[in-house]
Amino acid sequence: MNDSNLDSKQRLAIYRRMVLCRKFEERVYYLFLEGRLPGTVHQSAGQEASAVGVCSALAEGDVITSTHRPHSHAIARGLPVKSLMAELFAKSTGCCRGKGGSMHLGDLALGMLPAIAIVGGGIPLATGQALAFQYLGKKNIAACFFGDGAANIGTFHEAINMGAIWNLPVVYICENNKYGASTSVEKVMKVEHVSTRAAAYGIPGMTIDGNDVEAVHRAMSSAAERARGGRGPTLLELETYRFSGHSRSDPGHYRPQDEVAAWKQRDPVGLYEKALTDHGVLTEEAARQISASVEKELDEAVKFAEESPSPAAEECLSDVFA
Amino acid sequence: MSSPETQIPAAQTTARKLTMVEALREALREEMRRDDRVILIGEDIGVEGGFGGAFTVTLGLAEEFGHRRVIDTPISEAAIAGVAAGAAAGGLRPVADVQYGDFLFIAMDQLANQAAKLRYMSGGKISVPMVMRAPVGATTRGSQHGQSLEAFFTHVPGLKVACPSNPYDGKGLLKTAIRDDNPVIFFEHKLLYGSKGARKEAGGVEVLGHVPDQEYLIPFGQAKIARPGRDITIVANLLMVHRSLQAAKILAERGIEAEVIDVRTLVPFDWDTVAESARRTRKLMIVEEDNLTGGWGAEVAARIGDVCFGHLDAPIRRIAAPDTPVPFAPIMEKFYIPSMETIVATAQELVSNY
Repeated sequence: MNDSNLDSKQRLAIYRRMVLCRKFEERVYYLFLEGRLPGTVHQSAGQEASAVGVCSALAEGDVITSTHRPHSHAIARGLPVKSLMAELFAKSTGCCRGKGGSMHLGDLALGMLPAIAIVGGGIPLATGQALAFQYLGKKNIAACFFGDGAANIGTFHEAINMGAIWNLPVVYICENNKYGASTSVEKVMKVEHVSTRAAAYGIPGMTIDGNDVEAVHRAMSSAAERARGGRGPTLLELETYRFSGHSRSDPGHYRPQDEVAAWKQRDPVGLYEKALTDHGVLTEEAARQISASVEKELDEAVKFAEESPSPAAEECLSDVFA
Repeated sequence: MSSPETQIPAAQTTARKLTMVEALREALREEMRRDDRVILIGEDIGVEGGFGGAFTVTLGLAEEFGHRRVIDTPISEAAIAGVAAGAAAGGLRPVADVQYGDFLFIAMDQLANQAAKLRYMSGGKISVPMVMRAPVGATTRGSQHGQSLEAFFTHVPGLKVACPSNPYDGKGLLKTAIRDDNPVIFFEHKLLYGSKGARKEAGGVEVLGHVPDQEYLIPFGQAKIARPGRDITIVANLLMVHRSLQAAKILAERGIEAEVIDVRTLVPFDWDTVAESARRTRKLMIVEEDNLTGGWGAEVAARIGDVCFGHLDAPIRRIAAPDTPVPFAPIMEKFYIPSMETIVATAQELVSNY
């Protein structure tokens, strides 16, 4: 991590954000088990380095698009955890006022389009956001998250090609977590790396260790700089792994135990904690303090969500049209 | 909802006769001059030496506004719709375009799941002010270039649907669509375009219409009584307005005064005008070029039947295309599209028997 330009303060902020993502998902897991949250949930524990590494390279006014697995993206982008938790509780104080839920977390004013839960559906939208930035002469970029599954849907091809031919300020970020629901990526893709497909659009593509947050940050920083400078999109493939099943009800029996164990050895939060400790950036005491402050933030978020009012049933009828 | 400012009756203005294509082009040009956020995005719309979109609507606009604002795309309908929606959420007012309405099925996720729902899913925080223009109607091109698609889109909450039958409405409604803060699906009928040169459409219908010099807008949700009458109400859109008006002339010769209502927009729908007319004439029929089952006319029949039950003297009758794909052979296509003769016979039957 010596070749990174991050200072200690930034590193600790990144670490804290990753811990927040992890502990948020742990809370959500137990809240679901206790039956306190409606609906379903697609958890992202294990993918914190990708979410935080990408978003730590963004500037104010940049916009991310996300997927049906958006919790860490939203936290990494800096949306208030209270408003995210309240949305999961289906409360009117949620970031989508109870109309979105887990799969549509977002707040455009804070730099995140409501997450798009149709696989690949957000890729054209991110490209359109980038078109608006370019047209309006803004120096902002769109960062478009999607999974390995989305690399095989038509909008991937259509939208990345458009982003490429118009040199749009967008970075396409494939979080390759090796499985589309229960289907191994090897069964549905002949090429080893999604990033090689960048060649088909004449843009740079690279595969990065998606569990190394500073490697992600570096790759995203240079892709973002390129996009901001008018030189067009990059396709980043971040290799990572989700520790949970696909969704709430999935125990993940299709994944070999030794594979899961090997990836858990490469837990992105643990890896970064060790790296920071080894480099003297993080002390045991500081780690404890960060953990405690995150727990407190989550306690407050859950309390806020529980005490928030539910929307009136009739609010179902509003917000269809502007 | 944006509320349009003006509507100038054609009679009070300088009369010019334009084709639908010219009227739509003028609407685009005026709105692009008025608002720099309006951009056009579609296939073959601004290519030098090209044809200005499949039916010449955008011809010449790239010369005036440049390729920054008239954006030619790859053949990628899903991305055209989605990029337009994303750009709309990002502060632009894109007018997207497909060459044939049939291609909207490729873009269906982006229109029905993304553009239509972004506002709702965000709890009202996002607006998607985009227009999706699409030519519809059977014109001897067979099953994949001739469908009428209104019903698919009227069914999606969050989308508005416009379907002008004449140049005056086309211009006024398109300007309103561009200024609307919601996604609008804007259907144009190929036989009403009046495209010229190599893009001229055989069998075009009354393609010229009065369009004032002065600027005007036509509000959404206001149907027009295209011909007043006391004996029966005929509700129609697009080409079927013209077929219904022709039928009304024949019916008048036989002593039956049919009232023809041009719906102009399907979402929002002007329920009041249709219900008032149906109560007055006590008989209602609906004419559409879409397939019968689940067409927009079914919704009109159900709702008007509900609110006008005691005022109707006859069953509500629907005339629509049969439940088949659009055929190619002209003799079959003629059979497929609701004809003036069928409208006359149905109206006569309702008036005589009830």
